[in-house]
Amino acid sequence: MRRWETDPILTVDHLTMRFGGLVAVNDVSFTVGRGDVTALIGPNGAGKTTAFNCITGFYKPTLGRLALAHGGAPTTEDVEALTAAGQAAATTQAGALFLLERLPDHKVSSKARVARTFQNIRLFSGMTVLENLMVAQHQKLIRSGLLSPSALLNLPSWRRQEKEGMDRALHWLEKVDLVERADDPAGDLPYGDQRRLEIARAMCSDPVLLCLDEPAAGLNPRESAALNTLLLSIRADYGTSVLLIEHDMSVVMEISDHVIVLEYGKKISDGTPAEVRSDPAVIAAYLGVDEDAVEAVEAEVGL
Amino acid sequence: MDVFLQQLINGLTLGSIYGLIAIGYTMVFGIIGMVNFAHGDVFMVSAFIGLIAFLLLTTVLGITSIFLVLAIVLVVAMIFTGLTSWAIERVAYRPLRGSFRLAPMISAIGMSILLSNFVQVAQGPRNKPLPPMLPDVIVLMDNNGYQVTLAYKQMFIMILTAVLLGGFWFLVQKTPLGRAQRACEQDRKMAALLGVDVDRTISLTFIIGAMLAAVAGVMYLMYYGVVNFNDGFVPGVKAFTAAVLGGIGSLPGAVLGGLLIGLIETFWSAYFSIEYKDVAAFSILAITLVFMPQGLLGRPEVEKV
Amino acid sequence: MSSPLAGDGAARPSPFAAALKDAVVSGVITFLLFLPLVGFRATESGSGPLTLTYRFGLCATFAILVAVLRLVLHLTIWRPGRQKAARGTPSPLAAVGGFISPMAKPAFFALALFYPLIAIVVTGGLTPSRYWIDLGIYIGSYVMLGWGLNIVVGLAGLLDLGYVAFYAVGAYAFALLSTSVPINDWMAGHLGENFWALWSFWVCLPVCGILAAMWGVILGFPVLRLRGDYLAIVTLAFGEIIRLVLINWTDFTNGGAGIASIPPISFFGIPFTAADDGFAARFGLTFDPMHRIIFLYFVIVALSLLTALATLRLRRMPVGRAWEALREDEIACRSLGINTTLTKLTAFATGAMFGGFAGAFFAVRVRFVSPESFTFIESAMILAIVVLGGMGSQMGVAAAAVFMIGGMEMLRNLSFLKSDWLLGPDFDPTLYRMLIFGFAMVAVMVWRPRGLVSGRLATIFLKERKKVSGDLVKEGHG
Repeated sequence: MRRWETDPILTVDHLTMRFGGLVAVNDVSFTVGRGDVTALIGPNGAGKTTAFNCITGFYKPTLGRLALAHGGAPTTEDVEALTAAGQAAATTQAGALFLLERLPDHKVSSKARVARTFQNIRLFSGMTVLENLMVAQHQKLIRSGLLSPSALLNLPSWRRQEKEGMDRALHWLEKVDLVERADDPAGDLPYGDQRRLEIARAMCSDPVLLCLDEPAAGLNPRESAALNTLLLSIRADYGTSVLLIEHDMSVVMEISDHVIVLEYGKKISDGTPAEVRSDPAVIAAYLGVDEDAVEAVEAEVGL
Repeated sequence: MDVFLQQLINGLTLGSIYGLIAIGYTMVFGIIGMVNFAHGDVFMVSAFIGLIAFLLLTTVLGITSIFLVLAIVLVVAMIFTGLTSWAIERVAYRPLRGSFRLAPMISAIGMSILLSNFVQVAQGPRNKPLPPMLPDVIVLMDNNGYQVTLAYKQMFIMILTAVLLGGFWFLVQKTPLGRAQRACEQDRKMAALLGVDVDRTISLTFIIGAMLAAVAGVMYLMYYGVVNFNDGFVPGVKAFTAAVLGGIGSLPGAVLGGLLIGLIETFWSAYFSIEYKDVAAFSILAITLVFMPQGLLGRPEVEKV
Repeated sequence: MSSPLAGDGAARPSPFAAALKDAVVSGVITFLLFLPLVGFRATESGSGPLTLTYRFGLCATFAILVAVLRLVLHLTIWRPGRQKAARGTPSPLAAVGGFISPMAKPAFFALALFYPLIAIVVTGGLTPSRYWIDLGIYIGSYVMLGWGLNIVVGLAGLLDLGYVAFYAVGAYAFALLSTSVPINDWMAGHLGENFWALWSFWVCLPVCGILAAMWGVILGFPVLRLRGDYLAIVTLAFGEIIRLVLINWTDFTNGGAGIASIPPISFFGIPFTAADDGFAARFGLTFDPMHRIIFLYFVIVALSLLTALATLRLRRMPVGRAWEALREDEIACRSLGINTTLTKLTAFATGAMFGGFAGAFFAVRVRFVSPESFTFIESAMILAIVVLGGMGSQMGVAAAAVFMIGGMEMLRNLSFLKSDWLLGPDFDPTLYRMLIFGFAMVAVMVWRPRGLVSGRLATIFLKERKKVSGDLVKEGHG
């Protein structure tokens, strides 16, 4: 079943990002299926992280449309109408529709509910593990206002709210197996724990789409396996769609439903892991030769 | 037109002084990423050193040739100011390099307070006047009694600034020291790995910046004929404004910014109100930073995610 | 710092020779440094031209002092080999701090509460205790300002060099409102003859805070997307602009002459006068002008406490956590849906509000405001208190305020140096205050770049509230 074709949560159309004269992403289109684990792969410098930064609102794309749908697949008319209206968000029959390129970065997270992690981990290292998870629930906790009197005076209604937040944080601590370290500064955790904490923190902001930038980088095989389990559980138990950039092919092939391959800012392949694996263009990209020469090289290295 | 021309001359003179101070800010910011708050006071100290040297040469040694006196005063002020700046970096900034970002800033503010009060204690709080130097002027235009003049000292300031900038540009672009400096600006760690003596390069940066400030200090003394221990702060902030306006880290930018600030200040005083000239300078600083943080000639900063 | 001047050459003949060489070199450098401005002095002689006087002896004395000091240091503290042993073991200061810290807060609070009583008992009466209680008020004001700025710099990591602007806004707002004739007349018509003179402080206090907060928003909005030193410089510029406007807008602010005859503080509507309806008569006391001073002391203690409690509460709220998260990593904050501009603005405005309160208090205490009280030095002093105290730490900031302001005040009393065999009767100790202050700022930063108390306490915990070490806490980029 190709969910990314029938029920896309994110539709990327003609995404282009230029930095001065450099075209980092060049007219890339793809879709991300709701409830899928989608992997974005490609050699170094292929434009994966740039595409990611556009999706999560940190860069404003030079060209292109990034349509994110809550609830269910949007109709083409809905998307076109919203694009033409010049607005960033609209409610549709299925739920809500957002054009991410029109939202400021913090609203990509708070309104469109896209969460992300970073290639070089960005935890609040001077705050404790628990505090990190509480910060992630900022949106939920400020429903009654940024300086709500109930929180200022520590009224029971606020304490109830805070308790809920604590419980959610605890749930995720259990999930990533960090309950014992809850009161330690995040900066004191070992690398693998920091990676998991960053994912837990992103999940605490209650996203519909979780974007992970090289989550397995620097993990040992055991940690990597645990990560796979965690990601599959995120998809299965919370219905959160996962989009990840990854170099570790074991992670990519094992857990993803859909793989998109970029090279030099262009999409060269798109399909299920099995399809992509046998695509000559992908093999050429990874081996660094022209497509025509793939067979020769494969023969040479004994594939 | 005549008022305009006169203000243009005055503004360029003032701008030369600001530009020379601004280079010190921009170089230090470029190489260690800190705003050397004490630089304005280093400038003030240099004016005092110039004053002492001037008195020593004229009243004690009795040298009468004004150009000889000025030349010696400039050299003396440059040497001693360079030494002062070297000592400041050594004592107040180097131990803090690589630590907490705020620490060198506070240390520099402390140094600024220390320097101005040191001069106050050592030389007294009152204005120090000097007899006018190079009082002659060239009348460029005479419009019904309103004379547009170019004073010799203004000419001296502008020519000296131009010569110094030429030399300075040569130093940065063509010598090993300049290369080491630019390397440290790009990546201090890598430069050190490649055998650049980073500490020495930074020290020299402070010394060169202070020497240029010393020239500005002597010019200031000569131009206004008076100096006070409090005279470091406002020119310092204005020169910093100039550095920011031109694009901090950019050397031509510092000079351009200095000239612009000098012009804006004189024109503002002439056409609007002299009371608010400092407000104008500070406002330009704020407006530039808000709307064009990279300045006129600086490179825009791309946020790394 | 090992031996910076002698170079780090591997082959050293002997420690003593190296130390001696270093001492001589530093002595010579000191002599050269001091030569132009200490060795010579341009002296005014009446209205005539400047003449030079010479003080080479003084210059040489300094040089010898520095040389001897360095020699002694090299042979003791900086002795080769000693440094390595000292590292690793925690400093005795940290041990003492760990021992004292649980008791520090209650002890400090009790001291603040009973300070006037102690001062009266020790000095033996109300009137002689005036100096000490005034000093207490003075320190209290800086504790409050430090805690207010701490929200901006310590929690949110935004470097504000123009904090004094908000202090000025508060002070001028109160001065202008309380001396305003139309308001006074209107109040007199509606609420009684003396209403405004008696109640103005209590009515204006919140107004001043709100006005200052509004200015915080107005100034903050355009500049808060700047980072690091740029933000510092723009805030400095704003501080200076406000001061220059106060000087030059004579019609509104009375310019450099300032605003005088601000009504004094009242005990919630009861004036501190000798009259029948005065404070003393109402409470059956004999009239003493010190009652007002002591009341002022308690007002500043209460205001400081309000600042501290509000900060404590805010830190445990989402907004406070967002401030700290902002200081740690702004990009991560944005990825979690935190509106960083709004969050920075709230920090800026909250800090400004407490600055405004402190300003109103300043105006009612001194009963005179002029632009001279709001110079950059003031901002620098408050910032120095925050950084010296250890950013984010309330106890540290309070301790730093006591040390710095108390210490500076003590420097006024250096009159023993005036005796003939020391520096002579011409010596003016107040001149040296700022000199020593500047020196202390540099020295403290070099000695403890992270301030007296580094590290922070977690705002929420599962099992135990742990202290996060200062090395992990970031300082912010904005």
